[in-house]
Amino acid sequence: MSSSEINKNEVDIVIGALNADLTQFLNSWKPFFSGFHLIIVKDPELKDDLNIPEGFDVDVYSKPDIEKVVGAANATMFSGYSCRYFGYLVSKKKYIVSIDDDCVPAKDPKGVLVDAVSQHVTNLENPATPLFFNTLYDPYCEGADFVRGYPFSLRSGVPCAASCGLWLNLADLDAPTQALKTEQRNTSYVDAVMTVPLKAMLPISGINIAFNRELVGPALVPALRIAGEGKVRWETLEDVWCGMCLKHISDHLGYGVKTGLPYVWRNERGDAVESLRKKWEGMKLMEKSVPFFEALKLPESAVSVEDCVVELAKAVKEQLGSDDPAFTQAADAMVKWVQLWNSVNSSG
Amino acid sequence: MVDPANTVGLPVNPTPLLKDELDIVIPTIRNLDFLEMWRPFLQPYHLIIVQDGDPTKKIHVPEGYDYELYNRNDINRILGPKASCISFKDSACRCFGYMVSKKKYIFTIDDDCFVAKDPSGKAVNALEQHIKNLLCPSTPLFFNTLYDPYREGADFVRGYPFSLREGVTTAVSHGLWLNIPDYDAPTQLVKPKERNTRYVDAVMTIPKGTLFPMCGMNLAFDRDLIGPAMYFGLMGDGQPIGRYDDMWAGWCIKVICDHLGLGVKTGLPYIYHSKASNPFVNLKKEYKGIFWQEEIIPFFQNAKLSKEATTVQQCYIELSKMVKEKLSSLDPYFDKLADAMVTWIEAWDELNPTAAAAANGKA
Repeated sequence: MSSSEINKNEVDIVIGALNADLTQFLNSWKPFFSGFHLIIVKDPELKDDLNIPEGFDVDVYSKPDIEKVVGAANATMFSGYSCRYFGYLVSKKKYIVSIDDDCVPAKDPKGVLVDAVSQHVTNLENPATPLFFNTLYDPYCEGADFVRGYPFSLRSGVPCAASCGLWLNLADLDAPTQALKTEQRNTSYVDAVMTVPLKAMLPISGINIAFNRELVGPALVPALRIAGEGKVRWETLEDVWCGMCLKHISDHLGYGVKTGLPYVWRNERGDAVESLRKKWEGMKLMEKSVPFFEALKLPESAVSVEDCVVELAKAVKEQLGSDDPAFTQAADAMVKWVQLWNSVNSSG
Repeated sequence: MVDPANTVGLPVNPTPLLKDELDIVIPTIRNLDFLEMWRPFLQPYHLIIVQDGDPTKKIHVPEGYDYELYNRNDINRILGPKASCISFKDSACRCFGYMVSKKKYIFTIDDDCFVAKDPSGKAVNALEQHIKNLLCPSTPLFFNTLYDPYREGADFVRGYPFSLREGVTTAVSHGLWLNIPDYDAPTQLVKPKERNTRYVDAVMTIPKGTLFPMCGMNLAFDRDLIGPAMYFGLMGDGQPIGRYDDMWAGWCIKVICDHLGLGVKTGLPYIYHSKASNPFVNLKKEYKGIFWQEEIIPFFQNAKLSKEATTVQQCYIELSKMVKEKLSSLDPYFDKLADAMVTWIEAWDELNPTAAAAANGKA
């Protein structure tokens, strides 16, 4: 699907601004952001004014705007990388495409700049196939199909809830890995989109992601904050937790999550070794999360996304709350998020 | 369009990995000319040729290859009455080769599969990639978004649990095909000209609990770990179904691998698939399978092996009982197939006695 075939009115591009100067970022994305509405949310803890170049259809939200909508007490939910969730909250569109502000368009092996927005929307508009693995990956793309042995009854697929993109140059590795392999850069362009199978867990990165807001919006929860969470991705886990919730809820409701294309080009920011110096809380939390999600069964009665989030929060509190206060806070944040979602979106 | 690689002039691999631990099993009914172009990569290895069809036909094996060849007469002689479990007039007969092999690893390839080129134009050493896949762990318990984390230049992504980074042992490496894609007959009829030109540069583990359509055209596995489950079923002559041999094996091995904590990989390597089979002939063969698989898939998705099933043979026998119990009502064929699955295990244990002794000891 080319940019011309996409209904741009159905898409909001949401950018969390952790950098004040967005000139280079936005200008590099101009060919692909052109014609779309942008929502830029400034990290409430960022002191400098945002520098946004001309030529974009953009709404900017900063701390006072956030506080106006959710109240001062809840504004802390949207600090740091979680500021982008505010954009998800106030958007009125069907699809959201969200990219970190340290990423620029990547080039494919032919040297052509990748239109990440179009690819994400294409992924979201086509069915996902979580119930049976297709060995030729995305069966709906040009030049491919379902292979021999793929059950016919499963070939119409299910709605796609999220499209998880990847990164060339600086991949989304954790601090210990990047610190160990300081020179490592991802140069491998894997030309595939695929559905992550039912029940399979994965670490969803918030760096380059898109989702169907109408379908699963409330499931994108800004919930888990590790102690000493910082302003570089190595010092966060909010997106990974959000992704575990999103995948579990999607599995429960019969939606699909895709991964693969599009790639973005991710630039250097921060110092992995520096990040290592902080006690890496995230590791412990992930270890506890995995068996929890593996065993978790949402009740049949949870048929809406909001219900699922609330039930999930309950289970988190009950089963993980005593392990670490971060989980209790996450559970509370998830409940609060659903309340905010309902109040903002019913009045809107 | 894609072309196969031109391997003329390429030297034979001077350092063939696992040379004495791997057999290459090739079913054939026509000829083995394709082996000429595979010389640089396959010549150092021992071949097991399973000749299907007319046993009086002489199959010429290109010079320089070390091989053993079995035709139908040999199969009947070696297995006696148990030979009934080996298909005739169908490439499913290849599993006889797995049974008679004495090696740890098997690579199986079809006789219409040539050497592929990677995007840089270089000839792909498919066997070497399969071996790398088998010797490296799999990661079925958590999906890595950068695919195979053990590959050069890749790693586990942020958020991947550290306790799962050692992975599990890999039992199966499932390769893919450029040019003629492995489509079923209906798809072939609708898209006769479609060619797979997309080289997806990734190897990945198929998650635990997920089934997939396993193609036998370009496949490698650890015979010690999963061999007895690689039975390719009753197909071809006298059978109501064809072109579901590898599918059947794939569903069985995946359930068993998931149960035993083994990994199954898919992706690289690519081979170049040169021959498109006749879609009308294929439709006749697959016809029943298309309906049956709608029942078979839920059967495998729900199959739960007992805690007591700790060897592949035990798992397979349990599966055969479930097939008899749950699928016989679909068609009497499955009753026969369940019996054949048992016969296969009996034959396997007879031909591979030490493994059987260990299994008996455990039981």
